[in-house]
Amino acid sequence: MAQAPALPHGFELPLKQRLPRIGSIDQVAVEARAGELAKRSIKKDAKVWALELALRCCDLTTLEGQDTPGKVAALCSKAIRPDPSDPTVPSVAAVCVYPNLIAAAKERLSGSSVKIASVATYFPSGQAPLDVKLRDVEDAVALGADEIDMVIDRGAFLSGRYAKVFDEVVKVKEACGDAHLKVILEVSELGTYDNVRRASLLAMAAGADFIKTSTGKLPGAATLPVQLVMLEAIRDVHDETGRKVGMKPAGGIRTSKNAIQYLVQVHETLGPDWLTPDLYRIGASSLVNDILMQLRKERTGIYQSKDYFTND
Amino acid sequence: MTDVERRQDRSPVPQDWTYAPAPESTEIVRLRERYGLYVGGEWLDAKEHFTTIAPRDEAPLAEVGQASEADVHDAVTAAREAFAGWSKLPGSERSKYMFRIARILAERAREFAVLESLNGGKPIKESRDVDVPLAAAHFFYYAGWADKLEYAFPNRTPKPLGVAGQIIPWNFPLLMLAWKIAPALAAGNTVVLKPAETTPLTALLFCDVLRQAELPGGVVNIVTGDGSTGAALVDSDVDKIAFTGSTEVGKAIQRRLAGTDKRLTLELGGKAANIVFDDCALDQAVEGIINGIYFNQGHVCCAGSRLFVQESIYEPLVEKLKQRMTTLRVGDPLDKNTDVGAINSREQLDRIEELVAAGKEEGAEIYQPPCRLPEKGYWFAPTVFTNVAQSYRIAQEEIFGPVLSVLTFRTPDEAVEKANNTPYGLSAGVWTEKGSRILWMAQKMRAGVVWANTFNRFDPTSPFGGYKESGFGREGGLHGLEPYLTFDDSETFGG
Repeated sequence: MAQAPALPHGFELPLKQRLPRIGSIDQVAVEARAGELAKRSIKKDAKVWALELALRCCDLTTLEGQDTPGKVAALCSKAIRPDPSDPTVPSVAAVCVYPNLIAAAKERLSGSSVKIASVATYFPSGQAPLDVKLRDVEDAVALGADEIDMVIDRGAFLSGRYAKVFDEVVKVKEACGDAHLKVILEVSELGTYDNVRRASLLAMAAGADFIKTSTGKLPGAATLPVQLVMLEAIRDVHDETGRKVGMKPAGGIRTSKNAIQYLVQVHETLGPDWLTPDLYRIGASSLVNDILMQLRKERTGIYQSKDYFTND
Repeated sequence: MTDVERRQDRSPVPQDWTYAPAPESTEIVRLRERYGLYVGGEWLDAKEHFTTIAPRDEAPLAEVGQASEADVHDAVTAAREAFAGWSKLPGSERSKYMFRIARILAERAREFAVLESLNGGKPIKESRDVDVPLAAAHFFYYAGWADKLEYAFPNRTPKPLGVAGQIIPWNFPLLMLAWKIAPALAAGNTVVLKPAETTPLTALLFCDVLRQAELPGGVVNIVTGDGSTGAALVDSDVDKIAFTGSTEVGKAIQRRLAGTDKRLTLELGGKAANIVFDDCALDQAVEGIINGIYFNQGHVCCAGSRLFVQESIYEPLVEKLKQRMTTLRVGDPLDKNTDVGAINSREQLDRIEELVAAGKEEGAEIYQPPCRLPEKGYWFAPTVFTNVAQSYRIAQEEIFGPVLSVLTFRTPDEAVEKANNTPYGLSAGVWTEKGSRILWMAQKMRAGVVWANTFNRFDPTSPFGGYKESGFGREGGLHGLEPYLTFDDSETFGG
């Protein structure tokens, strides 16, 4: 009698209990639900609360070829003290930089509550041999990164080599040591919500502490329906295993209104437990000033022009 | 980090995120203290009046006329007189009036939405996003048919019937008005419409729109009142009755009209099956179930009140459903964040409570999410019954409230058999990612509408109506014109 072929390495996922059914996503319905939630009207105290939370959850990001220690230093000051004129405005969660700039960030941030996140694993394409990626991660951790934002191998994923993607995440997680691992799915390259769900479950099963939508290097990065699909995957993993995985939308979130829509979705899908920088981050750069503008408007009743907020 | 920075480096501990109230202002609505009857393009005084209230807090909103038999007679006479002119107008002229009505409805959408929620109890987000835009869309759609009737029915010669008597329910007051009036006018008929007793106000506000649109007097007449007004309209000298409401009243009307030459269409109750297969998109199916039964507090004749779940996914699905129910926001219909509003009337609340008590007694397991209901007004928490047998009353009778009965099945054949095993047949929902199964199910279901991977979705171009005790005749689309027309060739075609 023929024997069933051995499962490829990594197929037996290391979740204690069974993995939530992969299932599928209905595009029309998920977009409709995201559209409904986006209509929540958040006002007054609830709005201030959300704006401050959004700020506390921000990963203030600069990922440019032209980044310098000077640029990063300015960003770090902004991260600790987003609005120097208002001491009630909280610090952001982290700054997110390339490995070469970790040292510059560390110098400015040491002693503060702001974490250092570094992209690694041949960001943004991930198209390099595994040992190069692992070395990238090890270096970033050695330089002092508290958090690693890795990219999955989309080439492998789209050609159906899920085990390769899975194994890489497992190895990167090992290389991270104590550093938190955020796994970037780069959703705009995955093409379907079904793929977003599969990649989310795969990343979580492989040990991701966070799943993240995008590198921010492509148009069509984070969207509300994409986040909803990922949140539902996080909820399924939590329901099955009790494990809480974090969520990070990144790319394209520029306005306070939009940020609040993302938070509402988290609130009504995963519940209040996830409304903390420990489990929710927003990857953004220009969003911070818009939040500051809104916060000042809520406090003074007056909209200030952009010139009253620092560009860092 | 500098010392200055150190002083500002902090992460305050958050408390719970409670959404602040976001009420839609009612200022936009100007109500009169007392309304008469709209007959022949004029407001006539009624002899008697009754008070219409807001179900959210039982506050009185206005006095509304109770039309007597004589009043109904006057309205029908006015419609009959207007018919001569209206039916002779070129279709393109009729459509101009209708486009005008549609545009004015769209322009005054917020006013209508607020009043609909105030008088009916439904969440403002629904009246704003569904009821009012769809009502305008129906006028837009049928306006387009008014000058194309002979193309709608090739090789036949359509003619209007005359005066249509129309009786509408309280669950979608303005939308049902549009479903009734728009095709009737497009076909060249004139109308006497009776809104539901508990929700007359948007119909009365609609008279304002008719005047703004300068619709000739008598083409649309609105008579308010209770069941006796409706009965008077059924017995009056109309050429057709179109009724949407309970099966019980529908049967009574059909008995009354037996032996007369008045035409009849009925859109009655339902006990729709929402059938979930194990290969569905699970989270979206849960959303669809929620929408299917808690939309408009379940006051929907096509509500998906019987949930059939394939046994292999019963537990995760019910778990997800209950979890989702905890996030439903029940409360002030005028708050923009409200998902489930007030029950329409004391009478309806009593009926829901009676059936829910019966469900508990018969042995079903009840779940209601924790939610604080307002003290004043009519409220009922979203409810789901599990462990329901096909024979329980909650699986058989229309509850017309936010109450879902969950049943299970093992195979597609069993799902079809159980789903069709009801005296009703208005709608059904099928949840599966398998295209071939959707088509197979659509053929097997004895229901006027079968939704696939969605629920409660309406469009003016799509016909709607029932099988069996859910009524006969179709509203919407080309099919919705036919009940308002007669054909010279009707003997040949048996229509």
